[in-house]
Amino acid sequence: MSVVVKLENIHKSFGNTDVLRGISLDVHHGEVVALIGASGSGKSTLLRCVNLLEQIDDGQIWLGGDDISNPQVHPDKVRARIGVVFQQFNLFPHLSVLGNITLSLTHVKKMKGSEAQAHARELLAHVGLAEKASWYPDRLSGGQQQRVALARAIACKPEVLLLDEITSALDPELVGEVLELVHTLKDEGTTIMMATHEMAFARDVADRVFFLDNGVIAESGPAGGVLENPQDSRTQAFLRRFSG
Amino acid sequence: MVSFVSTLVFALVLWFFVVNTPGWELVRRSFFDFEVFQAAWPRVIEGLWLNIRVLFFAAIGVLVFALLLATIRTLRGPVFFPLRAVAAGYTDLFRGMPLIIVLYIVGFGVPGLGALPRMPLEFWGTIALVLTYSAYVAEVFRAGIESVHPSQRLAARSLGLSYGKTLRLVVLPQAIRKVTPALMNDFIAMQKDVGLISVLGAVDAVRAAQIETAQAFNFSPYVLAGLLFVLLALPMIRLTDWYSARLRTREQAGSLV
Repeated sequence: MSVVVKLENIHKSFGNTDVLRGISLDVHHGEVVALIGASGSGKSTLLRCVNLLEQIDDGQIWLGGDDISNPQVHPDKVRARIGVVFQQFNLFPHLSVLGNITLSLTHVKKMKGSEAQAHARELLAHVGLAEKASWYPDRLSGGQQQRVALARAIACKPEVLLLDEITSALDPELVGEVLELVHTLKDEGTTIMMATHEMAFARDVADRVFFLDNGVIAESGPAGGVLENPQDSRTQAFLRRFSG
Repeated sequence: MVSFVSTLVFALVLWFFVVNTPGWELVRRSFFDFEVFQAAWPRVIEGLWLNIRVLFFAAIGVLVFALLLATIRTLRGPVFFPLRAVAAGYTDLFRGMPLIIVLYIVGFGVPGLGALPRMPLEFWGTIALVLTYSAYVAEVFRAGIESVHPSQRLAARSLGLSYGKTLRLVVLPQAIRKVTPALMNDFIAMQKDVGLISVLGAVDAVRAAQIETAQAFNFSPYVLAGLLFVLLALPMIRLTDWYSARLRTREQAGSLV
C-alpha cells in the first residue's frame, strides 16, 4: 500500500504553548485514520498543519511522495491536492450550492464552466442533494450544508480528505446522514484523516485510530484494538469519560 | 388617520406662522419668485446636467480607487507594512481635509504646475471629489472586508484559491453586500457635494444659479437649484431606505450568516 500522507516528528507551538510535540504517522492509500483525544490535544492543529494552514516549527510532511513542508513549495498547489471539511461547514453564503462546488473546479482546476457544472451536479446527486443545486446555503439544514461541504471538498479529487470534527456542530438527528456519506466515501476508496469525537463512528469506519494527548500520540493501532482494549492509561481514562 | 391629521395641523400652524412673520412678503419675493424660476430654468438645468456628468465619473472613480485603498489596507503580512501605512495616511489626510480646500488645491494648484495639459475645470473638480470621497468609501469597504468571518478565507484558501482570488471571489462579494446601504448613503452625500465644484468656476447648477441671481437681484435661482438637487437625490434616498429595510427583514428571518 502506498503512503499518501507521511508526518515525521511534527512540532508546533503557539507562543509558549507546545501544541504538537513530535507527531509521526503514515496514512496509506484508501485508509481512514481517526484522530481522537480531548479538546486541545492538538487534533485540529495537526490537520491544519497537513494542508499548510499552519506552519510547522519542526519536522517534515510528505504528500504523495512530495515534501510539502519545504518552504519552496507553493501552499496553494498543495491545498488544491487536499480536501478539507470544517466543523462549521464554512460554505460561501453568497454562492448557490452549485456555485460553492464549481468555484474550485473553475478557478483552481481551470475547468470550463459547463463542464464544472456538470461535474458539480454529479457530485450533488452523489451526496443526495441534486434538487438543491440552485439553493443558497442558509436555506439548508446543517446536515445538508455539511454534505455540500463534503461534495465541495472532494470536487477536485483530492489525494486525501481532512475532516475536522465535521459532526460536532450538528443537531444529533442530523449526524447520521453525514456519517453515512463519509462511510460511502470510504467504500469508494477515499483516503481520509479525521479528527472526531464520535467514538462509535471511529470504531465503525476507521482503519486505524491515533489517540493524541498533550501533543503526542499516546496510543495508536487498529480501531478495534485502541477503542475496545486500550493499553495506555491515558487512553483508558479518556475513553472511560466517553462511555460514561 | 391620526398621524395624517396631526401632520396637517402641524403643517398649517407652521405655514401660518411663517406667512405672518413681518418679513415674509419680502422673503417670498426674493426667494420664491415664480417668474425668476422660469427665467433661470434653462441655465440651471444645463448646469445640473454638468453636475450629473461629474457625479457619474466621480462615482466610478471613487468605487475603483476606494476598493484599491481598502484592499491595500487589509493586506496581511509585515512585508506590506509600507503600503498599508501609505493607505492609512491617505485616508487620515483626506477624511480630515475639508472638501472645499481639496477643490482649491487640486483645481487651482495642480494646473498651476504647468506640467499637465490644460483640462476643463470640471475635470479637476471630479478629481478632487474622487480624492476626498475615496477616503471615506475606502473605510466603508474596509469595514465590510473585515466583517467577513475569517473562516470564509480559510475555506477558500483550503480549496487552493490564491489570496487574490479569495479576496475577489469570496471576501469582496460578501463585503460589498454588507456595506451597500452605507455606500449608497455616501453616494447621496456626494450627489450634493458635486455642487461645490462651482467654487472652481465650472458652470454647474449652483454656479448657474449664482449668475442668474446676480442678473435678477433675486435669490430664487438658488432655491430652484436646491430643489433640483433634492429631486435628483430622492430616488437614491428611497432606494437606500428600501434596500436597508429589505436587508433587515432578511436578517431577522434568521439566516445563518
